[in-house]
Amino acid sequence: MSRSVPLTVLAGGIALLAGLAIQIISADAVWSPSYGLAAALLAGSYLLAIVWRHGAAAAFLLLATVHLAAIPLIGHIGHGEGEMGPAYWALLISGWLAAWTSVTRLTAAARAVPPSAKQAINLLIPFVFGVWLILIWEAVTRGAGVPQVLLPAPSAVWAKLIASLPILWADFVQTFMKAVIAGYVLGCGIGFGTAILVDRSPFLKRGLMPVGNMVSALPIIGVAPIMVMWFGFDWQSKAAVVVIMTFFPMLVNTLEGLSASSAMQRDLMRTYAASYSQTLLKLRLVEALPFIFNALKINSTLALIGAIVSEFFGTPIVGMGFRISTEVGRMNVDMVWAEIAVAALAGSAFYGSLVLIERTLTFWHPSNR
Amino acid sequence: MTDIQATDAASGAGGTAEDDAFRVIEARELCLTFETNDGPVHALSNVDLTVDRGEFVSFIGPSGCGKTTLLRVIADLEKATAGTISVNGMSPEEARRKRAYGYVFQAAALYPWRTIAGNVALPLEIMGLDKAERAERIARNLELVNLSGFERKFPWQLSGGMQQRASIARALAVEPDLLLMDEPFGALDEIVRDHLNEQLNQLWDRTNKTVIFVTHSIPEAVFLSTKIVVMSPRPGRVHDVIDCNLPRERTLDIRETPEFLEIAHRVRDGLRAGHAYDDE
Repeated sequence: MSRSVPLTVLAGGIALLAGLAIQIISADAVWSPSYGLAAALLAGSYLLAIVWRHGAAAAFLLLATVHLAAIPLIGHIGHGEGEMGPAYWALLISGWLAAWTSVTRLTAAARAVPPSAKQAINLLIPFVFGVWLILIWEAVTRGAGVPQVLLPAPSAVWAKLIASLPILWADFVQTFMKAVIAGYVLGCGIGFGTAILVDRSPFLKRGLMPVGNMVSALPIIGVAPIMVMWFGFDWQSKAAVVVIMTFFPMLVNTLEGLSASSAMQRDLMRTYAASYSQTLLKLRLVEALPFIFNALKINSTLALIGAIVSEFFGTPIVGMGFRISTEVGRMNVDMVWAEIAVAALAGSAFYGSLVLIERTLTFWHPSNR
Repeated sequence: MTDIQATDAASGAGGTAEDDAFRVIEARELCLTFETNDGPVHALSNVDLTVDRGEFVSFIGPSGCGKTTLLRVIADLEKATAGTISVNGMSPEEARRKRAYGYVFQAAALYPWRTIAGNVALPLEIMGLDKAERAERIARNLELVNLSGFERKFPWQLSGGMQQRASIARALAVEPDLLLMDEPFGALDEIVRDHLNEQLNQLWDRTNKTVIFVTHSIPEAVFLSTKIVVMSPRPGRVHDVIDCNLPRERTLDIRETPEFLEIAHRVRDGLRAGHAYDDE
């Protein structure tokens, strides 16, 4: 039967046995009841993986056991921060391989369940992946005693985040709610309007496009200090940088989208003697929507980067970029990571809501229906 | 040359004053030359054509004979480089601005973001008709093409034949006296095509519209038409005009009759003679 035991199960089982062996032989290995509990739960999950292989129920039971084992696995670090040896690392690897096995089983089981359950499983898989990324990060930083300045443990970042919520909120309002939103709306709006004008006039196309190209090639670290001089220290100068960064992608994508309608569809509008604006509203802009949303999505990440980086060049004493640059100087890396976490969360939510709006507005597009 | 009388009839276009009242299309020595990198292409060369009210005229010919181009000149989607053409006694551009015709393309060209009813409503919205009038015309014309009950479906949920019927309903909703159809059934299979041919014949018979129909199927042309314009390529020109005096109301069985086969034979001869020099 050994030939049909998956490699992850085999390797994970060996890692578990090796960890236990080192724990028994080595005198300086840290021992705690948590270690024993984690090892027992992992042994149980490997037995389960070998004995009961098929079906969603088996996969979920395996998943539950593995994540139950993760609790004492992390708890054990408290008995000797920075003193973890091979016995612990072998157990960690074993735990990670057990999680891997459970996800593989879950993916296989997903083929045989109804679509709604399949969707839930498809959401669960990246979640499990993220959980183990954080677990291993936590175990390695605390277990091996990685200096806080190099990489703080996720738990430390979380603690800092909770402790400094008012500061983080103020920074978020300053950078995201003011600079990013204002700059994004203005930049995308001007880019869109310019695209309509350029589309109407061949003269503008020849004159404006090279200028637009040049603006898009401007390095942000060169532009940001100039914008600070023009528009002052507050969020307005950051919004200006965001406008410059988001303008061009919107211009180019909208222009491309406006020429996306087929010759036959434009001929059709001509046979109805439709006016320019009727053709624009009823045909060309609708046809351009997928392109416009592309630009909106690209710009959502560009805007956040632009606003944060331009705060490095002069700002009042609030803002995500300001906080990052000063806390790095004071070696408070956990605060930097807390800001990064906020930025990642805000950026993902921004992007995600754009995707949702896009799906409802372009339901008719072959890629969505 | 088998059809001297028919050719004479075509070149004798012009007619008397009382004829002009019934004249929908009048083209004289129409030429259209496209400038390409490989030199000029004569898409249309000295084309004479007359179409009277209530006629069903088919343009038939091999690819590149200019049949679609001629239809597009009538629709003001292309401009002739020489010669004269009038549509309803106006220039094609005036006729287009007055929405004198409905145009059915090779593909249905329905907008995927609009429902079937929404697609039929499109030209009506552009014309600025009010909501009640739009609803009435949508219902009537979808009924006419047997698509009642599909108003809320999206185009991609319908078969190719149903999509093309919806596009015909869209052209009819404008309520034009003239219907221009550019190989509307070219992309459909034979069974669907036969069925739609029958429906189109009934539609024409009932509404008494003038139809100009581009095709490269001989049975289709003979089945539908009162007059068949045989065209030949390089340069695109009218080779022959064949009258098709079958009864107005036709069923598919008519295709087995000697009269039908006789006309089909003449069309085939005309097509063969029209580009015989190609094979030599």
